[in-house]
Amino acid sequence: MSWIAIGSLDDIPVRGARCVNTPLGRIAVFRTAEDQVFAIEDHCPHKGGPLSQGIVHGTSVTCPLHNWVISLETGKALGADEGQTRTHPVKVEDRRLFIALERSAKAA
Amino acid sequence: MTEKLVIIGNGMAPGRMLEHLLESAPGRYKVTIFNAEPRVNYDRIMLSPVLSGEKDYEQIIIHGDGWYVRNDITLYKGHRIEAIDREARTVTSAEGVTESYDKLVIATGSLPIILPVPGHDLAGVLSYRDLDDVNAMLLAAQSRTEAVVIGGGLLGLEAAAGLQAQGMNVTVVHLMPSLMERQLDPAAGYLLQKALEERGIKVLTKANTKAIHGAGKVEAVELADGTIIPASLVVMAAGIRPNAALARDAGLAVNRGIVVDQGMRTSDPAIFALGECAEVGGHVYGLVAPLYEMGRIAAARLADDETADFVHNDTPTKLKVTGIDVYSVGDFADGDDREEIVLRDAAAGIYKRVVLKDDRIVGTVLFGEVGDGAWFNDLKKKAANVSSMRDTLIFGQAYQGGSTFDPKAAVDALPGDAEICGCNGICKSRIVDTIKAKGLTSLDDVRAHTKASASCGSCTGLVEQLMELTLGDTYNRTAVQPMCGCTALGHDEVRRLIKAKSLKTVPAVMQELEWKTSCGCAKCRPALNYYLVCDWPDEYADDYQSRFVNERVHANIQKDGTFSVVPRMWGGVTSAAELRAIADVVDKFAIPTVKVTGGQRIDMLGIRKEDLPAVWADLGKAGFVSGHAYAKGLRTVKTCVGTDWCRFGTQDSTGFGIRIEKFMWGSWTPAKVKMAVSGCPRNCAEATCKDVGVICVDSGYEIHFAGAAGLDIKGTEVLGLVRTEDEALEHIAALVQMYREQGRYLERIYKWAKRVGIDEVRRQILHNGETRRAYFDRFVFSQKFAQVDPWSERVSGKDKHEFRPLAAVGFSEAAE
Ligand code: SRM
Ligand SMILES: Cc1cc2nc3c(=O)[nH]c(=O)nc-3n(C[C@H](O)[C@H](O)[C@H](O)COP(=O)(O)OP(=O)(O)OC[C@H]3O[C@@H](n4cnc5c(N)ncnc54)[C@H](O)[C@@H]3O)c2cc1C
Ligand code: SF4
Ligand code: FES
Repeated sequence: MSWIAIGSLDDIPVRGARCVNTPLGRIAVFRTAEDQVFAIEDHCPHKGGPLSQGIVHGTSVTCPLHNWVISLETGKALGADEGQTRTHPVKVEDRRLFIALERSAKAA
Repeated sequence: MTEKLVIIGNGMAPGRMLEHLLESAPGRYKVTIFNAEPRVNYDRIMLSPVLSGEKDYEQIIIHGDGWYVRNDITLYKGHRIEAIDREARTVTSAEGVTESYDKLVIATGSLPIILPVPGHDLAGVLSYRDLDDVNAMLLAAQSRTEAVVIGGGLLGLEAAAGLQAQGMNVTVVHLMPSLMERQLDPAAGYLLQKALEERGIKVLTKANTKAIHGAGKVEAVELADGTIIPASLVVMAAGIRPNAALARDAGLAVNRGIVVDQGMRTSDPAIFALGECAEVGGHVYGLVAPLYEMGRIAAARLADDETADFVHNDTPTKLKVTGIDVYSVGDFADGDDREEIVLRDAAAGIYKRVVLKDDRIVGTVLFGEVGDGAWFNDLKKKAANVSSMRDTLIFGQAYQGGSTFDPKAAVDALPGDAEICGCNGICKSRIVDTIKAKGLTSLDDVRAHTKASASCGSCTGLVEQLMELTLGDTYNRTAVQPMCGCTALGHDEVRRLIKAKSLKTVPAVMQELEWKTSCGCAKCRPALNYYLVCDWPDEYADDYQSRFVNERVHANIQKDGTFSVVPRMWGGVTSAAELRAIADVVDKFAIPTVKVTGGQRIDMLGIRKEDLPAVWADLGKAGFVSGHAYAKGLRTVKTCVGTDWCRFGTQDSTGFGIRIEKFMWGSWTPAKVKMAVSGCPRNCAEATCKDVGVICVDSGYEIHFAGAAGLDIKGTEVLGLVRTEDEALEHIAALVQMYREQGRYLERIYKWAKRVGIDEVRRQILHNGETRRAYFDRFVFSQKFAQVDPWSERVSGKDKHEFRPLAAVGFSEAAE
């Protein structure tokens, strides 16, 4: 797996997200209240809403379009809603952020 | 080995079965549910309070989405099963999903009976079975005035009362000579009819519906005797029929319902059926108590307990119409071998009748005073010999043994095994023991742990009395609706404590008020953020991460993730220069849609997020500021042309509207605030359906408030008439400030005003100059911090990160 530098942890607001444009589409990189970082496709499994624009709580985000709650850890819709968004490996080293893109990346 | 359990239908019966099954055999089955209704398991019984507006859907959910996740249950919402293949042991949904099973449970409920009269399929003819029906009725109630309900049984009367509460003129058409004839004797049916008529509901008995008329949509109902009743909505509540077609097609034994044995097994041992679709011992049922019992039996059988058997029991009937108390149970037909005891109090509208056979109660009908229902039913169930108390029996439990009447004492005197909650079969000792053992203090807790009062709710009073008896003074009856799952506190309590404890940040509130989650949820965070912005305008740092995206980026998100931009057009007045600037922006950024809004201004739709700051920069140069079309805040002030041009104008309505908008823009409010100023009572600015409206008259300014024209339609209330523009402005700002300080998040002015009382608002704003000026001053103070154009702030660099991607990467960077 090769890691690509995408910026610093401080570039993302706490309980917020920023996007990274990639050949695999737009990926949202989230930062939680506890400074955990997650990368998932910026595309709600419901109707494609931009998850990066939602409200972050715990390790979930509430989609801004119709309030589905998506787990940042698994990309899965929580509750009885069905669906999953692709997740991507991401890591933090010395507050620097790295993402790994695999063409064949499957939903984790 | 986990086996696969598939359930068809996600109603109340299988919901209860799963609760038992998860408790007795956790992990035994991998459960998959298919539900034709696109939603989770909710309390169907409570649809009537939703219809009447006493509850909303959120409050009647039994198993929220999270419950299915926690229990690893797959729920296919909106999937109707079309076929069962018993050979292959699979079911297939209309959406094409096929699932195999080891055990199958059919719980498809009932179908409403639609009378096959001409016109039964016209638009505007509804049944009453699920949330969609209720929503359709609510929608119809907004624009239509005349409703006919066909069927004077339990469902029909609840629908009638609900529609009437929504402001419709309702006529109930009933085939039989008296209402609810299957549950009530004619005397009680007559009292019920009178009580309904007193509230303005028309009742026609012995009325046979012949046809429904209308061109495209319903216009009238015609009866067999030729009577024509005008109607724009018809609700058919003529009964239900077990929904057994699927089982019949699969070759299972079906009579009236799907035939099952005492263990809920159908003619195929791998398939169970329960709920209203099932027929056991020749009975089909339409009330939840026996269905819940079926759920318990089926769960036991699925967990290999072969001893559990279903036993028939009479279920009491109650009507859930606020203010009309009806109770009936058992058999109350006359007969040579029967005696009856009757008590009537005409003045108080009370009727009680107990039917005895061999000195034992076989049936009870109560109207007007139903408190003793549980006691009579208890005696009936136990087949107690009542000859010793015959003379006083009808007066109820309180008169036995000479004690004086006190409802609490009556509950106290009930034996431990007396049934309190009929729906769930919960007896008194179970409730009292659970309260003590688990240290329960709120009604919600008791509901969660015992299920008592958690279904139709008509025993809530009894349960609360038991709580008072068990807990003494520590129990406070008026427990409130919590803000969300993160706290037990309600909005008002939270607002009070924010002030009382000087809480000034979201984490401080969560810590001090003992939030149950680490950082809240998408419901409570925006609410808390607003309360803090409102209460500490000079000190609180707005938490943008707790705001909905629209308010965070100051534009409205659209379904494709682009945004719309609506600049202020003060009072709806514009100029060539402004229009030219808009035209230039539209060209420059190739904005796909430009639309005139319902709020007298222009909306540019389909702008990419990255382009927003540049769009705003250009608009800003032409003098535009944000129109806050996205905000829980001041939106528009619509105006008419007034004295400037109109031959009828009495005051400068345009100028005053602009003045109000310039004075009040930028303020955050619990929900959006829309205003309008009309130059005369012809009211061309539609001021009488706004949150705040002004009608100019010769003698001054008539101030209106609490109107609505969205989800609800409601004309305004008049606050009062003032003489000058300055006075009008002071009154309006004070009124809005009062609402800002008291409103619950997302509660529009009309709902807040209803809650605190129109007179109370008048008292504080119109009649008391001191309170008015205090509100006004606080509004002015908070505006000092609020009137900053968010667009120009962002053009000059604030929140840059919002509008730019963090990075752009390609595969080349990855390929080393
Ligand atoms: C643009 C506009 C429709 C139009 O093309 O004319 C509009 C568009 C939306 N309205 Fe509206 N409403 C618009 C005038 C109205 C009006 C008429 C008026 O203001 O005189 C009403 C009825 C009056 C009222 O509010 O009582 C109206 C009642 C609603 C409601 C129902 C609110 C309620 O509590 O009853 C919603 C839903 C909500 O707010 O939760 C809503 C929500 C929306 C949202 C924000 C839906 C959403 O969440 O995305 C739409 C945003 C579109 C966008 O991005 O611009 N809109 N909406 C109008 C903008 C007015 C403006 O200049 O700011
Ligand atoms: C307005 C109203 C008020 C009521 N008040 C009371 C009351 O006060 N007291 C009381 O005891 N009872 C009351 N009842 C009756 C009570 O609600 C029902 O007896 C109970 O809900 C039936 O439960 P069930 O699980 O058998 O069926 P339901 O709750 O009807 O559930 C059946 C579900 O199966 C789904 N379904 C059907 N066919 C398929 C298929 N092929 N594939 C997938 N899914 C399918 C349906 O969409 C439905 O959601 C009331 C009912 C109504 C409508
Ligand atoms: S009425 Fe309002 S909310 Fe509904 S679609 Fe039109 S703009 Fe959107
Ligand atoms: S697109 Fe995300 S909830 Fe609908």
